[in-house]
Formats: sequence, structure tokens, C-alpha cells
Amino acid sequence: MTVDQAAPAGAAPPRAERPVAPRTPVSPTAGPRTGPELVPVVPVSAGHRSAPRWLRRAVVPVFLLALWQVLSASGALESDILASPGSIARTAWTLVSDGTLPSAMFVSLQRVAVGLVIGVLAGVLLALASGLSRLGEDLVDPVVQMLRSVPWVGVIPLFIIWLGIGEAPKIALISLGVAFHLYLNVYAGIRGVDAQLVEAGTSLGLGRWGLIRHVVLPGALPGALTGLRYSLATAWLALVFGEQVNADDGLGFLMNQAREFFRTDVIVVCLVVYAALGLLADFIVRTLERLLLQWRPTFTGR
Amino acid sequence: MATDVHRPVTETVTGPAPEAARVLDGAAVRVRGLGRAFGGRAVIDGLRLDVAPGEFVALLGRSGCGKSTLLRVLAGLDREVEGQVLVPRRKAVAFQAPRLMPWKRVWRNVLLGLPGRPERGLAERALAEVGLGHRADAWPKTLSGGEAQRASLARALVREPDLLLLDEPFGALDALTRIKAQKLVAELWQERGCAVLLVTHDVDEALLLADRALVMENGVIAYENEIDLPRPRDIADPRFADLRAQLLDRLGVEGVHSAVGQ
Repeated sequence: MTVDQAAPAGAAPPRAERPVAPRTPVSPTAGPRTGPELVPVVPVSAGHRSAPRWLRRAVVPVFLLALWQVLSASGALESDILASPGSIARTAWTLVSDGTLPSAMFVSLQRVAVGLVIGVLAGVLLALASGLSRLGEDLVDPVVQMLRSVPWVGVIPLFIIWLGIGEAPKIALISLGVAFHLYLNVYAGIRGVDAQLVEAGTSLGLGRWGLIRHVVLPGALPGALTGLRYSLATAWLALVFGEQVNADDGLGFLMNQAREFFRTDVIVVCLVVYAALGLLADFIVRTLERLLLQWRPTFTGR
Repeated sequence: MATDVHRPVTETVTGPAPEAARVLDGAAVRVRGLGRAFGGRAVIDGLRLDVAPGEFVALLGRSGCGKSTLLRVLAGLDREVEGQVLVPRRKAVAFQAPRLMPWKRVWRNVLLGLPGRPERGLAERALAEVGLGHRADAWPKTLSGGEAQRASLARALVREPDLLLLDEPFGALDALTRIKAQKLVAELWQERGCAVLLVTHDVDEALLLADRALVMENGVIAYENEIDLPRPRDIADPRFADLRAQLLDRLGVEGVHSAVGQ
């Protein structure tokens, strides 16, 4: 008897196509009881030795780099299309030693820093306003959610009309991208705080401000740091977009200038710098998380 | 004065209020005509309850009978009620889940919500009382279930409550840890002398710890039983088995008489 046949007729209709195979019970009269066949559990270390993981992972990038160099050297890849790794490295050294790259980086970093500060302040303040009070939520959240659906890169033309082509539109663009990410994550963090902990705090005699300080804000911190990480990534993206527009200094200017002269080596150097700065920003947030979120049960940073 | 340490949970006091003030001497909890409805369905309906100072009361009942709701009302966490509820100003709650703030070290959790700037030594003494003196600096995530529950108990006791409300505090512990925790609560109660209301669905636990067992049914205290067994109590005591059979019967568990009788 199978389950299908045993099911009451009125219940879910049985899938008729399924072949109904009768179960063959193990006969108790199968003779003397012999144990099952035993198979050894082979320890992982006893398996075949392979190259270390990092070496395996490095193989393809190194191969591609070598291929790139070979193609460039053989003339198959012209430097107008893409400069060779060797010449890129030489250019990088020249740009660093003559001070062009450091000063451009300084200008760009300054833009990111100012935009980030403004964006973080705006995002966090708005999130606190709408996360901590119903009134704030009703006033702030619908507006932010509506504006969120506008792609922030698309407002560059408006910013240029409003703010000209100086520093202001670049910083505004960075602030805008940062503020949205931070707002959404901090707001979600505040609203995601465990209601049971809030209740426990109430039963311990915490007032409204005590609850915010000891329960709600620490509970929202993981979300806030996630938001900060996204924000930093967005800040770099906004910087790249912003600097494509009429910059007369900074990394974007360096790239635009290089484009005019088909200097693909300079463009690649700038891309590498963008990537490195992005990694640095991520490292900073990770360090912050390690310091501030030691208490998290899921924390595995140490 | 007795009225100083009592305050109504709700403003809507019905019933003979002037008379109430006189009866207050010698009561840690006084509830008259309490009602609490969820979406039109009355979970508590005309409930009456008195707990004497220093009395250990266990509140039993089938799941969903409103016993946890009653505890939340007494804790002041649920104020959408009708009727008269008088509880001590100093009360503390320990929940089924320890509900420690994960972002605060254990000793800071213990002191959380105390007025003024309490010093660390206060937390350490409370933790030592529950046998956790060495874990004051730990993060809650590193505590075992039993340790976290003891920390939660220390957090309740450091408030020196006149009424301790325990909401199935041992429910999530394994059997061995539960026995230890029950013993600890019995000891602490005898030292502190505060009134305790223990919500549980473990009849043995009620019989081991309480002076009086209440059974909640249809929104009221439907049945109560004095447990005048000498302490420390012994599960093997025949009177213990007798009381257990009575309570289980009240709770609607059939067919245990014979099992217990043997």
C-alpha cells in the first residue's frame, strides 16, 4: 500500500501519472544477519595534493596580463586602443613623480570627502526624523521614496543649470547619491529593531530618550554601516560621473585630457586609482564594522 | 505608606475605589474586574487577583488562556485594559527569552534603565548572586542559554523589586539547566522576600516553587490551590503527586491519575 492510495479521496487529487511501485519489504528470513558493506571515510588531507588556493586563483589574471603584454609587444594591440601593461606602469610612475597624479587625487578626494559629509549628515538626519517619529515618517518618507525612483545620475543637467560647472554640481551629485543610500539603510535599521528588546527596555524603566539611545540606535548601527558602505561605493561612482562634466582638475580632468590625446595609458592609470581608492574606502568601513559590531552574533571578523 | 508603593496601571478605575485603599495594606498585587480584549475577543474578563507581599504565586493555564497577557498587564507593558490594577512601583520582569541587549556587555545590561549613574560594582554583586560574577565583561552572544537567563534574572533583581514577574523564564532551558535555575530562583526569593508571580505551564515547576498555584481559564482565575508542602520540596512526596494530579485535572489533562498513582 502506498501513500497515494491511502490518501482520502476528497483530499488533494493524487498525481495519477506517478507510477505506483509496490514497496518490497526486506524479508526477515534472509538468512544469517550480515552487516552492511563498510567504506572508509577518507580524510581530506589524504586526497591528491593540489597547488595552493592563492596560486590557482592568480593563474588566470597573470595569464591575461601576460597575453595583453604579448599582444601589445607584437603590435596586434595598438597603444591608441589600449596601452601595454609595461607602458602603463611607466606612465603611472611618471605621473606620480611629477606630482600630476597626487594633486589630481587630492582634488578628487576632497570632492568625495565634502560630498560624503554633506550626504551622510542629510541622510542620517532624515532617517532619524522618519525612523523615530510617526510625524517625521509621514512628512519625510513619501518624499524620499518618490525622489528615490529618479536615477540620480540623470539630474546632472539640472545641477549644471542650477549650480554652474564648478565644484558645486559635483559635490551635490555625490551628496545626493550618498544621502539616499544612507537614508534607506538607517531608516530600515531603526524600524528593524527587535520589538521584544524595546519592550524589555520599557520594562527596565527606560524612557523615550533612553530607549532611543540604548536600544534603537545601537540596533540600527549594523544597517547604518551597510548603508555607509553602499554610500562610499556610490560616492566614487558619482565622482566619476561628476568629473566627466567640465572638470579642470582632478582625476576626471586627467582622464578627459588623456582622451583628447588618445593616451590610453593615462586613462588606465586613472581607472586603477579609482579602483584602489574604492578598495581603500571599503577597507575603512570594514575596520569600522570590526570595531563597532563586535557584539553581533554573526560577527566573524576576529 | 502602602499607597506610596502602589500605583494604578490604568486610569480607568472602576468599582469601589475608596474601599480599595484600606485593603491595600498587606497586598503586593491587587486586581479587580480586569478586562483585556484583542479585536473584540475578551482574553481577560472580570479577573480578580490578590498577591500578598513576599508570596510566591504560580500562574498556570492552557496555552492562549491569557496568563502571559495578565503578566504583561501587571508589568505595565499592556495598558489597554479595563478595571483596577494596583502593582508596586518597584517591579521587574524576566521574560522567556533573556532579552539582553546584544550590544551591551553583561554588566551594562544589568544596570540598564536604573536611575542615576549606578556603579559597576552593583552589577557585579547582582551577577555574583546568580553565579555569573566572572562573566560581567562578556558579550551576551557568548553566554549559554542558562547563563543568559541568569543574567536576565540579575538584571531584574538589581532593581530590588517588590514584585518579580517571571514569564516562563525556564521554558527554553534544557532539563538539567532548568532544575538548577529553579533552585536558584527559590533561593533568591527566600533571600529577597519579594512577591513573585511565575507564569508557567509546567505543573511540577509550580509545585516546587510556589506558595499558591492559580489556574487561569476563560479569562479569570478559575481555580487556586494552596501548596503547603514543606520546603525544600520533594517530587517523590505522595502529597506532591496528589496536588499534581489535581492541578493536571484542572488543566484538562486526562488519564494522568493512574500514571501518577503508581
